[in-house]
Amino acid sequence: MNASTLFARVGGVNALPVLLMIIALPLIGSYSSWVTLTVAGLAMGMMIFLMASGLSLVFGLMDVLNFGHSAFISFGAFIAASMLALMPGFVGSSSVALNFLALFTAIGVASLFGLVAGWFFERVIVKPVYRDHLRQILITIGALIVAEQIILATWGGNPVAVPRPAMLEGSFIIGDISIEIYRVFAFGLGLAVFIVLYLVLNRTRIGLLIRAGVEDREMVEALGFKIDRLFVGVFMVGSALAAMGGAMWAGYQGLISGALGGELMILVFIVVIIGGLGSIEGSLLGALLVGLLGNYVAFLFPKLSLASNMLLMMAILLWRPWGLRPALKL
Amino acid sequence: MTDTAIPSNPPADRARTGRMIVYGVAGLIGLALMFAPFLFPDVRSGQVAARICIFIVLAASYDLLIGYTGIVSFAHTMFFGLGAYGVAMALKGMGATWGAIALGGSAGVLAAIVLAVLIGVLSLRVKAIFFAMVTLAAASVMAVLASQLSDFTGGEDGIVYSAPKLFSPATKLLTTDDGKVAKLLGVSMNGKIAAYYFVFLSCLALFYVLNRIVRSPLGTVLEAIRENDLRAEAIGYRVVAYRTSVFVIAAVIAALAGAVWAVWLRYTGPETTFSFAIMIDILLMVVIGGMGTMVGAVIGVVIMNLAQFYLKDLMGAAAEATSAVPVLPQLLDPDRWLLWLGLLFILLVYFFPAGIAGTLMKKGSH
Amino acid sequence: MSDFILRLDDVHTDIGQYHILHGITLDVPEGGVYVLLGRNGAGKTTTLRTIMGLWRARAGAIVFRHHDITALHTSDIARLGIAYVPENMGVFGRLTVEENMRLASTTGRFNDDRLGRVFALFPAMEKFWTKPAWSLSGGQKQMLAISRAIIERREMILIDEPTKGLAPAIIRAMIDAFREIAQETTILLVEQNFLFASSLGAGVSVIDDGRIAHSGEMSALAGDKALQTRLLSLSLDAHQ
Repeated sequence: MNASTLFARVGGVNALPVLLMIIALPLIGSYSSWVTLTVAGLAMGMMIFLMASGLSLVFGLMDVLNFGHSAFISFGAFIAASMLALMPGFVGSSSVALNFLALFTAIGVASLFGLVAGWFFERVIVKPVYRDHLRQILITIGALIVAEQIILATWGGNPVAVPRPAMLEGSFIIGDISIEIYRVFAFGLGLAVFIVLYLVLNRTRIGLLIRAGVEDREMVEALGFKIDRLFVGVFMVGSALAAMGGAMWAGYQGLISGALGGELMILVFIVVIIGGLGSIEGSLLGALLVGLLGNYVAFLFPKLSLASNMLLMMAILLWRPWGLRPALKL
Repeated sequence: MTDTAIPSNPPADRARTGRMIVYGVAGLIGLALMFAPFLFPDVRSGQVAARICIFIVLAASYDLLIGYTGIVSFAHTMFFGLGAYGVAMALKGMGATWGAIALGGSAGVLAAIVLAVLIGVLSLRVKAIFFAMVTLAAASVMAVLASQLSDFTGGEDGIVYSAPKLFSPATKLLTTDDGKVAKLLGVSMNGKIAAYYFVFLSCLALFYVLNRIVRSPLGTVLEAIRENDLRAEAIGYRVVAYRTSVFVIAAVIAALAGAVWAVWLRYTGPETTFSFAIMIDILLMVVIGGMGTMVGAVIGVVIMNLAQFYLKDLMGAAAEATSAVPVLPQLLDPDRWLLWLGLLFILLVYFFPAGIAGTLMKKGSH
Repeated sequence: MSDFILRLDDVHTDIGQYHILHGITLDVPEGGVYVLLGRNGAGKTTTLRTIMGLWRARAGAIVFRHHDITALHTSDIARLGIAYVPENMGVFGRLTVEENMRLASTTGRFNDDRLGRVFALFPAMEKFWTKPAWSLSGGQKQMLAISRAIIERREMILIDEPTKGLAPAIIRAMIDAFREIAQETTILLVEQNFLFASSLGAGVSVIDDGRIAHSGEMSALAGDKALQTRLLSLSLDAHQ
């Protein structure tokens, strides 16, 4: 059996995150540190997946790259922070139910904002420049500049503290291993979103249309469907997911600044490039790899964390120019 | 538009007038820069004039990418920074010698070439949008590296160093009979003048090279590729090779501009070179000035610099006038000038995608 | 008037800066197979794409039954009952055969009787029902594309060069299938294979350089070698 068939039999590219975990264990040495880092990596990966999946689908379906995507991440983070700050009683309460109510209100309002703002953004900013890449890039960058300034004008230039629900503070302790509760929650939420997206894409007629549209827009129209309407929907959901990711990230960080969207956007781009455009499976794979590698390298060689993701991207581009699991080849 | 065999005269006239205006304004800007030390003798203006010179080269070399080749790169400041850091580290380590500038500059340029070839070969094969993402990722990683590897780069604080003695303010270029610095038209002939003309002449030379490139046969090929890359490929042009070489040329010029900038500033840090804000500035300058025109870069740079000062003043006044209204003062705060520039930019891309120079010269919108 | 299902009146189409159709006037009668012939680059594909609204006509009118569809959106044209099988077949490779067919059905469900007839025409569809479409052979992909077009009764089917690259045995099977399909619908067929076209078509138009160079009965054209040579330089194909 040669190396490539062996690789395919153990799961192919899907096994890469597991492979990475296995390689990291002896390098890190300590079992408890490894667990902590792995959980952190998976949680971070899931949050980045939320942000990346929408961008990837929008690109796959409509060939539109939205540089303004990071604005939705930032808005989601700041709106969630403000919502939580409005509910000190719920957030600080010892009641799990009230904690959850506060948290889900914050995430829900942030996502709802993403949904509505996504609709506005698509109709006003993106629609007039369909099929013109250069102007798309320029216009969405213009919109990004405006959005960042609005955030600065609304929340000011200083970092904003994010109150975290009491029940999500602290860690699970198992032996000498400690696992932050919030990370488990972030991973669970991300996984749930992935499963829902997966089911919608693979089990519903809308999902069928989206998958077909990613492959051949024109033929979907020739079969009698209005792809523009489909696209607005996907754009809105993608923006809402970005806002949700931003909201989760705000709770994770505890302190957020206006630069957050831009910094995360780099990771999102790397994820989308690694995973391949147009597929949520690819986005998940890329996000987990980036999250894990980032955390392992941050522990082993603190200064090279981001650079390691860059190297990962370069290596994967050399190996597979269209990413690990692309839905389309450009 | 192939069937406009007989061009009607009025549009042609208007285009000619437009071209005269554009080149006239650019010429005036050039003259103003040439005599800047005499026209605007204060220190602050000297700083602005040098900055404009450097940014004209940066913007024009970016225009070679975006306007002439249709490549959207976000790594232009990365190459700019490599040139600057090369010179800065050499001047710091080897002392203020010409050899250090030459060595550091060459090292910076070499690093720029290697990275440009690598990025180009890796990602210019696929779509323009993919390339934009890869360059953005590469540039931000480089920016983070520069601020983290503080042993070499001075981290966030950057590097402070001296330029060669010729450029020091204490150096007397011309002396009067009694050994004092001579004044010409009321301006002291000291090392600052030499430093400014070093910047001005270097930038003039680089800008000239760029103009030669776009008017050469290479420029014609690039235009063919930009209009229709599949057709260009079918005719037999090796599109990836052409795009990669243009990317490398632009990178080299940006790195050289960075080297000159480092000599002038005598300080190099992430904020003056690698920052994403500078990248966005360059993009705005080229698009506002007019993509694919070269001369648009000159106009765009000057407009952005003027806007930075006057838009802020205007907004400060407006914010005061509206201080009674709830939200407006925050939005009109002078620090929010980018908000309004961003809006103007969006409108410009919608309605005048050819930019100022392009619209005036009727280059048409692509 | 009413015996024409589709009429093109002096249709001009530009693609980018290129002027492709210079005034196509065409009347397609209701029922049977109508063939559009012409050399490569004559404008056959552009004509079909303009009918579907995938390129916009710059001037002229396209009337389907009593609807002026010149400015309609592609999806609305499709909803009027026009199916389109493009030259590249437009098969969704990452979807299964079933999913491809399901998309083509307006409700997302299948009529068993109708599906049975499709399987009878193209048994391979039943055999590969759950397989991804990329795994099909070229001929099977073409069959899938046609199956998609007939999974519901359409008013009209536009088919662009279905025999391109297919083996002779498959082409013969296609002829039978097309004869059966033409019992219930009108087919506008773009073809370069004259033998295939002449065995199916009742009426024929020949496009040259973006204009209709000839329209008439297929039997008349098939019997007149000199006319064929003049119109098509197709004599070699006709003898094969």
